[in-house]
Order: sequence, then C-alpha cells, then structure tokens
Amino acid sequence: MNDFARAAAFRGLTGGTSIRVSLAILLVVTAVALLGPFLSPNDYFSTNFDQRLEAPSLQEGQLFGTDDLGRDLFVRSLAGTRVTLLVAVVASLVSLVIGVAYGAIAGYAGGKVDALMMRVVDALYALPFVFLVILLMVAFERNFLLIFVAIGAINWLDMARIVRGQTLSLKRREFVDAARLCGVPPVKIVFRHIVPNLLGVVVVYVTLTIPQAILVESFLSFLGLGVQEPQTSLGALVNDGVAQMERAPWMLLIPATLLAIILLAFNFLGDGLRDAVDPRQQARQQRL
Amino acid sequence: MLRFALLRILSAIPTLLLVVVLAFLMVHAAPGGPFDDERVLPPESAKNLEAAYHLDESLPRQFARYLSGLVRGDLGPSYHYRDYSVAELIAAALPVSLALGLLAMSAALTVGIPAGIVAALKRNTVVDRLISGIAMTGISVPVFVVAPLLVLWLAVKLRWLPASWTGDTSGWRFLLPLVALALPQIAYVTRLTRGSMIEALGSDFVRTARAQGLGTRSIVRYHALKPALLPLVSYLGPAIAAVFTGAVVVETIFGIPGLGQLFVRSGLNRDYTLVLGIVIFYAALIIVLNLLVDLLYGILDPRVRHP
Repeated sequence: MNDFARAAAFRGLTGGTSIRVSLAILLVVTAVALLGPFLSPNDYFSTNFDQRLEAPSLQEGQLFGTDDLGRDLFVRSLAGTRVTLLVAVVASLVSLVIGVAYGAIAGYAGGKVDALMMRVVDALYALPFVFLVILLMVAFERNFLLIFVAIGAINWLDMARIVRGQTLSLKRREFVDAARLCGVPPVKIVFRHIVPNLLGVVVVYVTLTIPQAILVESFLSFLGLGVQEPQTSLGALVNDGVAQMERAPWMLLIPATLLAIILLAFNFLGDGLRDAVDPRQQARQQRL
Repeated sequence: MLRFALLRILSAIPTLLLVVVLAFLMVHAAPGGPFDDERVLPPESAKNLEAAYHLDESLPRQFARYLSGLVRGDLGPSYHYRDYSVAELIAAALPVSLALGLLAMSAALTVGIPAGIVAALKRNTVVDRLISGIAMTGISVPVFVVAPLLVLWLAVKLRWLPASWTGDTSGWRFLLPLVALALPQIAYVTRLTRGSMIEALGSDFVRTARAQGLGTRSIVRYHALKPALLPLVSYLGPAIAAVFTGAVVVETIFGIPGLGQLFVRSGLNRDYTLVLGIVIFYAALIIVLNLLVDLLYGILDPRVRHP
C-alpha cells in the first residue's frame, strides 16, 4: 500500500499538469519573496511622506506603488508573503508533529487506549477553535510564537485521524511483528518503524494543512489580531488595502491577488497529490 | 435511536464545559486587568472596582460564580459598555447575524446542489472543468479577499450596490454581504455534491436502474439524489461554523451591527467579559447545531445508529 502510495504520488508529481503548474508557481513566489527584497533599494518599514499613495509605475521604480505612509508596496508585499509562508509552514510542522505522534500512538496501542484517544479527537472537532484562537490573541501579547502554536494546535486533528488509520493497517505487517519478536520496545517500534513508513501520506496532507494555516493567519492579521506593525503579512496588507480602497485600489488588489494565487496553488497541489495517493478520498474537511 | 440520541447529547455537555473552562482560564491568565487603560485610580477606588466585579476573589470562586450565572443565562456585565450586560448586547446583535447566516446557507444549498449535479453528470467535460474550477477558486480565496473585491468592483467602481450597511435602508444592502458570505459555501456544496453524485452514479443500484431502461433524469431524481445528498448533511455542521467565522469578516467590512462585529470590537477593546461571553455563545450554538445535524444524520442513515 505504502510503496504503491509513494509510487502514485511520484507519478502524480511528475504527471499531473495542475500539480506541476502549482508547484512551479509556489517555487517562483517563494523565490521572489526570499530574494526580491535584496533587489530593491527600499525596505518594508521606512516611511516616506513625500510619496504617499503613489500608483504603481515602472519609471519611478515603485513597481507596486506606495501605501498611505509612503512605504514601498513591492517590498512590503514580499515581506508579507514571507511572513505568511513562514507562519504557514511552521504551523503545519507543529500540527504535523502533534498529529503524527498522536495518531501513530493511538493506532498502535489499539483497544481502549485508541478508543479513548479518538473520542478526545471527536470532542475537539466540535470546538470552535478559531474563536478560541481569537480569544488567545486578545488576552495575550501578540507574538509570532503564539500564532504558530495556536494555528498548529487547530490543524492536527485531521492529521491524527489519517495517521491512525494508516497505522492500523501497518501494524499488522510482518516487519512490525519481526521487530516485536526481537524485543524492540513499543515506543521505538512506533517512531522507528511505523512513522517512517507513513511519510508519503503525511507529506500529501501537509500540503493541504498549509493553506488552512495561511487562512487562519491571514484571517487573524486581517482582524488586526495577528502580525503587528511594522511587520506585516498578506492578511494585514489586505486589511490596510480595504481602508484605502477608494483612493488606492492597488493597495487592495496586489496583496489580495498574491494571497489568492498562493492559496489556489497550495490547494491544487494538495488536491492533486491526494488524488494520486488516494483517489477515493474526497475533500471532506473544512476547518475554520 | 433513543440510545444514540442520548449518547450524543451526553457527549456534547463535556465539550461545552471544556470550552467554558478553556475560555475562562485564557481570559483570566491574561496580563493586566480590564481597567488598565483608564486613568490611574487611587488604590481605594481600584479596590472598590475590583470588588464590584468580584475580581478580588480566588479563581475557583470566580469560576463558580461565572458558571452559576451561565446556567441562568447571565453572562455578567460588559466592562466596556458600562450600562449593558453581555447577554443584552448579544441579544441585540444576534438577529441580523442570524438572518444573514440563514440566507447564506440557503443560497449555498440552492445554488451548490444543482451545480454539483450538473458537474457530476457532465464529468470531465468543459462544463465540469468550469464548475469545478470556479468551486476550487471559491474554496481557496478567503471571504476577506472576496468581500473587499466585490465592494471595490460593484460598489466603488460601478456604483450598482451600496458599499456599506449604514446610510441605506433598502433590501439591496443585504446583497453584497450575502454574496460574500455565501460564495465559499456554494463552492464547498458544489464540490461535495459533485463528488458524492459521481460515486452514487457509479454504484450498482444505478446500473440496475439504467439496465431497466430509466432515463438519466429519473435516475438522478429517484435513485442517485438521496445517497448523494447524505454527505451534505454531515457537512452542515462545519458549514455552520464556517458561516459564523465568515460573518465576523463580512460584518466588519460592511459595518453590519451583528454579533461578528461586536466580537471583533470587544476583542480590540479588551472587553474581557464580552469576548468570553460571545465565545461561549458561539461555542454553544455550534455544538447544539452540530448535535442536531448528527441526530438528523442518524435518522436518515441507519448505519450510523447501529455501528
């Protein structure tokens, strides 16, 4: 099953057009976001009140125009993209670690432990996490770490369920029996023998949790509860753009388009990979 | 069925309690008190203020006091809007949000289901690609991007529709917020219907019906529709939660005086009791609606009742 999954994922990776296109887009966006700021003489936080709300133009060197404080929107958009991508990747890793550990332990333990652990997941599914995260952001100083952890804490439930299901079928395989006969302790069996065999499926689902993490982060930043000035993210930039919509529509259009492209690319990538690995699994989860 | 229903109802209570405890602890672990941003009070006044809001008691006692109020529907006083209780503020904001949410959900079902069926019947054609592509875009692009773009295009540029809630009393002011709120749900319902319809159309009983010479129309109408719509019922739970979350954004953008806007305002004002009250109210609403959806699913699908 797993060799098959990996082979299928690889086939999908090299075969499907939507996968290739979205992967290419993501690579380009990431590269530009990382390298772009070095190519511009401006930085993302310096204000310049002589050139407020200037429209995008090639001659003036303001590729994306300026915002209401005269900051270069090109550099700012790229800085925002970087923050958005960083938060999403780190948050996904947090949810990956929690979800894989939880799911693999529940699946391997089986019986009552499994039933209890999955009951907890069922109960957590019913929680309105976004509202609790907002509460968290209201109550505490808004720092990066907290955003990562909070978003990661939302997204591990799907991962735990999928990993548990895979573990249930993996633990009946011969190599697990062999390890057990050799006297390998259970914890080591789970993390040394089962988890590495799950990675193919896990990678696919991580590409689907990343856009969800982006959504939560930009939602929080849009509400003014996420990343704080002068730091910015695409959600915060969209929020700034809404305020200046009538006078400077580019302030809304540019970050909104960037965000839409990134989210679409991640969703198409994840969808394509999932169809390649597991054609029967339909898009059923929506957590927000 | 009764056993199933009772079990399900019983399991909802600890979930709700968990939300209350988590939310309460978070608010009380927050650094600083609710009156920090005001001018410095003499110690006696500060003490009196704390005593008036029972902030000088121990945490378990405060929690017990809050819980006993909660059971009676009393969510305490608002710290920011001094003359109002949290329950009054929620009650005043709820009707608009409820109307908007219900309309968005009905729009999602009335547009999404037919679109999904059409896409499934025309699978892998241009029509399907178009519908699926639009649906994917609707899922990917968040409400807070769609809503401002709609305002910019339809209200600011073309001036067809009012850009904000205030200053207009006609029914048209409902349209833009409604569209912004409903679009992602329409997209999800379309995708879900398409997927489950394709699965239903590939099943044995549809093949049998086709062998008996039934037309596509009656196969969909009498055989495939019911099993295809079943997954939609279980999606209603997450959909309701998503509509509430979306409403927070839509109400903020359009300036609609609903629960979502109240929530954001109370958050920015650090009005702790109001934030706490609204979170618990949302949680209770979502948990109860999820419960109803599960019970409905149990009625419709006997396999759920007897696992």
